[in-house]
Amino acid sequence: MTGVAPLFRMEGVSKRYGGVRALEKADLDVNAGRIHAILGENGAGKSTLIKIMAGVVAPDEGRMLLDGREVTFASPATANDAGIVCIFQELSLIPDLSVADNIVISHPPTRFGMIDRGKQRRIAEEALARAGAEDIHPQMLVKDLPLSRRQMVEIAKALARKPRILILDEATSALTAADVSKIFVVLKRLREEGLALLYISHRMHEIAELADECSVFRNGQKVSTYAAGTKSDTDVIEMMIGREYKNVFPPKPAKAASAPVALEARSLSWTDRLKNISFSVRAGEIVGLGGLDGQGQRDLLLALFGVLRGCTGEVLVHGQKVSISSPAMAKGGKIGMALIPEDRKTEGLMLPMTVRDNLSFASLDRISSGGIVNRDTEGALIDSMIKLLAIKTAGIDIPVGALSGGNQQKVVIAKWLMNQPRIILLNDPTRGIDVGTKQELYVLLRKLADEGAAILFYSTDYDELIGCCDRVLVLYDGAVKRELAGDAITEKALIASALNIDMEGAAMQPAELA
Amino acid sequence: MSDMTSMAKPAFLKRLDPAVTTAFVCIFVLLLVGSIYSRNFLSPEYLLQQLKVASFLGVIASGMMLVILLGQIDLSLPWVVTVGAMTSSAIAGYGDAGAILAIPFGIFCGMVIGLVNGVGVAYLRIPSMIITLATNAVAQGLMVVYTGGFSPKDSASPAMRYLATGFTIPGIPNAVICWAVVGAGTVFLLTRTTFGRAVYGIGNRERAAYLSGIDTRRVVMIVFAISGALAAFGGVLLAGYASKAAQSMGDAYLLPAIAAVVLGGTSILGGRGSYLGTVAGVMLITLLQSILSVMQMPEFGRQIIYGIVIVGMLLLYGRERAHR
Amino acid sequence: MKDWRFWVAEQRGTLMAVGIFLVMFIIYSSNHPAGFTANVVQTASNKGVLLAFVAMAQALVVITAGIDLSVGMIFTLTNCLASWVVVGSPIQVAGGIVLVLLVGALCGAINGAIVIYGRLQPIVATIATGAVYFGIALALRPSPGGSVDETVADALTGRIFGYIPASLVALLVVVLVVWVPFSRSVTGRAAYAVGSSEPAAYMSGVPIKRAKMTAYTLSGLLAAIGGLFLTFFTYTGDAAYASGNAYTLFSIAAVVLGGVSLFGGRGSAIGAIFGALAFRTIGDLLFVFDFDPLWQPLFQGVVLLIAVSLGAFGLFRVRNRLDWFG
Repeated sequence: MTGVAPLFRMEGVSKRYGGVRALEKADLDVNAGRIHAILGENGAGKSTLIKIMAGVVAPDEGRMLLDGREVTFASPATANDAGIVCIFQELSLIPDLSVADNIVISHPPTRFGMIDRGKQRRIAEEALARAGAEDIHPQMLVKDLPLSRRQMVEIAKALARKPRILILDEATSALTAADVSKIFVVLKRLREEGLALLYISHRMHEIAELADECSVFRNGQKVSTYAAGTKSDTDVIEMMIGREYKNVFPPKPAKAASAPVALEARSLSWTDRLKNISFSVRAGEIVGLGGLDGQGQRDLLLALFGVLRGCTGEVLVHGQKVSISSPAMAKGGKIGMALIPEDRKTEGLMLPMTVRDNLSFASLDRISSGGIVNRDTEGALIDSMIKLLAIKTAGIDIPVGALSGGNQQKVVIAKWLMNQPRIILLNDPTRGIDVGTKQELYVLLRKLADEGAAILFYSTDYDELIGCCDRVLVLYDGAVKRELAGDAITEKALIASALNIDMEGAAMQPAELA
Repeated sequence: MSDMTSMAKPAFLKRLDPAVTTAFVCIFVLLLVGSIYSRNFLSPEYLLQQLKVASFLGVIASGMMLVILLGQIDLSLPWVVTVGAMTSSAIAGYGDAGAILAIPFGIFCGMVIGLVNGVGVAYLRIPSMIITLATNAVAQGLMVVYTGGFSPKDSASPAMRYLATGFTIPGIPNAVICWAVVGAGTVFLLTRTTFGRAVYGIGNRERAAYLSGIDTRRVVMIVFAISGALAAFGGVLLAGYASKAAQSMGDAYLLPAIAAVVLGGTSILGGRGSYLGTVAGVMLITLLQSILSVMQMPEFGRQIIYGIVIVGMLLLYGRERAHR
Repeated sequence: MKDWRFWVAEQRGTLMAVGIFLVMFIIYSSNHPAGFTANVVQTASNKGVLLAFVAMAQALVVITAGIDLSVGMIFTLTNCLASWVVVGSPIQVAGGIVLVLLVGALCGAINGAIVIYGRLQPIVATIATGAVYFGIALALRPSPGGSVDETVADALTGRIFGYIPASLVALLVVVLVVWVPFSRSVTGRAAYAVGSSEPAAYMSGVPIKRAKMTAYTLSGLLAAIGGLFLTFFTYTGDAAYASGNAYTLFSIAAVVLGGVSLFGGRGSAIGAIFGALAFRTIGDLLFVFDFDPLWQPLFQGVVLLIAVSLGAFGLFRVRNRLDWFG
């Protein structure tokens, strides 16, 4: 490696957004035939780094060299032409165009100035095959594909551009385990072919399996670059968070089996996505939902919250049979339910609106009389929430979009706590927020449970389920496959039931399980 | 009017949108330009007359603003205005009971059309641009059938004329009071009530509002009903002003109403905007039209300048953010 | 799934529009007092073609998720202009036609420039430019008048071989020369991509600005072709505000009937054409059933209202209420 000039080099690149520095004098070398992993918490500058590399944003200072020559990218298109292709976390596919149209989108094959459909079809089929996604029909519209298939199209699209440097930003987060292993085969083959790969992931297992070298970022600066396998996981995490890594979960109290059941479902079903789901949550209990992503967990939470139509089966709240037909009904005094939704940017918050408006939005009935908002009541409640969750904001009249991701998520949770819910449903609430905030949330959840709330908590992070939950329901294909309680909640048990295989089988093939 | 702007400014200065400030600056510039052409331009009588003319647009634009705050648009406005004018004038002909019911009935008819729009947008999820276009066509069809395609002979009731042209408080036309009442109501609705919060929330992201337990469909429906009612009320006032209704009298109000709302800094995409801005936009449009007529500009020149000024002012402050 | 099924799924909106038109036209012509004669078809197509051009113009912009509320005014402006310049010697007539088309394209390009580089919302920007275009039209023709070369006019509005309406042939030629190359070009695909998802299009390195600019410019051009034909039918120029406005509004209705999504990215100008023809036929149905013409606007409105409400039936199939919010 030493002595050979790197394929791509970044020197002293910085970027500021407003007053916030997202990237500060970053250096990075990317070599051909290597997989380079980028690690760091959210907000560490990873996204900014790759956005600059891919021409999505322009750097404030610093320079970039490709093959030793200085380059600047005016747009993603120019970066693509230079051979740098990025697979973004937010998908870049056009929903109303077909898979084939999308794969060739930047440089469609033309004949006499018009798009050559036959050739386009062949290119698409070839790219899909290279990505290991032959099952996708090139004429399908992208919007008709499920998320995991779209991600495969995204990868095929990137490959069709014949990149020299391929950047994968959390590209596996929406994929099933089977797809991930397919993609890994593809990525390793690309490395053999001499491509440089930049791999960003939160999943340590994946990085351990793939990476040749790793760079850790923190607060917009590069902390260290090292050869893969030379540092322990604990060392890496400490580098990422910049302080000592300690057990982040609050202790679980002894189980109080006598508490009344707050929420119960009896053979709840919905289309072909939820199948005969029965469970109960007691007041004071945190029940986790586990399993691979997309096995019906989100649908279950939405069904309980009255969003889905045509559910069958029974739901009982505080022992009473209820039929909830809207979130408005679910949050009402009789039921007292809250749902922390999946996507805080589109479902939890109105980003351009103020912190105040967002916080009061779910509890307008509580702070008003006769439809008129009582500002004093509102102010007092908001103050108490900001204090309770330690929300860091420059004031309550600034747009919530100006807050950091972690603080935004706190606002989503606080807005529901203002309504004093007795049943709290959480849909992967810690996704994309930093370790420090996560820890605060774990403590908060336990506190709420201790105060008598019943909590149903879906998480894609197994550590969280193990650390936080009193019981975990593992879903597979829309049905509860297994219920784990107490010490039986282990990573092995979770993974095994998530894959719907027995324990012995699971122990033998750990590589696939990430 | 200049009094009003200087009065409004200090109280709102801290939270003032740059768009609103710019709009008021533009009003000031227009007044200066106008005074060059005619000394009368700054006289209290003339300004009061302008304020009175602005009131009709102000009432109509208030409803349009609510709809635009939701991120929707109400293109049924022209014929809802006409419906308000025609139905109230028609009812006014039926003796004493008719005279009493004229105004409420006109507003009620507008509200019904607004309700149809609201049901279509909220419950049937039809794009507002389409459903309001269709109801506009239906309203037009109904009025054409009713009047036989000619200007109706009905004339406005005395109450309508009094509301549009009379003076209850000496020196202040009733039309201005009507606008002030509608405006105060709108401001109260938007800033003090849960309904107003819901309107802004839905305009920003209806999905998040729904998941927060807001009955978003009901809110959308009511807003369209209000918009219809206010447009019809504007029509009632206009009929009172001219003493009678006329075919397609509402056509001249659609574009000014949208322009006034948008020039006042309300985002056409919804979720952002203040009523003070709409007030500024209404005055701006009215003054612009007035100056053009004072300058004895022929109709074609008025149209051209009108369009260029709107584009110019929006380029000044109504632009979206760039990609990078 | 077979390939043709994907094609049908993609073209569903357009096929629906063709279907609606055929049903309407069969009802219309089978009840027409004169029956299905060359004359009936000629008159119907001459009326329909005008809206078809304007609807095509609208469709191009709508595909990019924009809207052009000035399209009726460009139509009016070019009508007024044509009533001045499309006269004289054959060369002058040809030059006049080119000038009219160029002015239309320029109007469209101005809209495009304001939307793209001025970053204004299309709906407001085109309301304002519409006022400007109407003002110019009014300056050209303060009162209806003017004239147009009658040989050309009659040739383009008459019949070819005694049966085929020339205006329909002209429409077909425009489709083949303007729409087909556009829709199959890289720029055309970019227009669809921008309409479907602008951020994704940007990320994918699609030529966004070129696509939008082309769509708006061609839209102006198509509206100008419409204006030209209006002059050929009427032999005069008329800056009528109500008519310009009506064409704008009808073009939106036609586009929706034609299966073009107002949210962009879906539909085709072909669909818009059939939407326009269907809309016109609906308007004329009353005439053949011998109703008082006074009822025509109401009838047209009610049919439009029903047509747009039909799409709502899909809602009953929605199982997840979040799908309401797109």
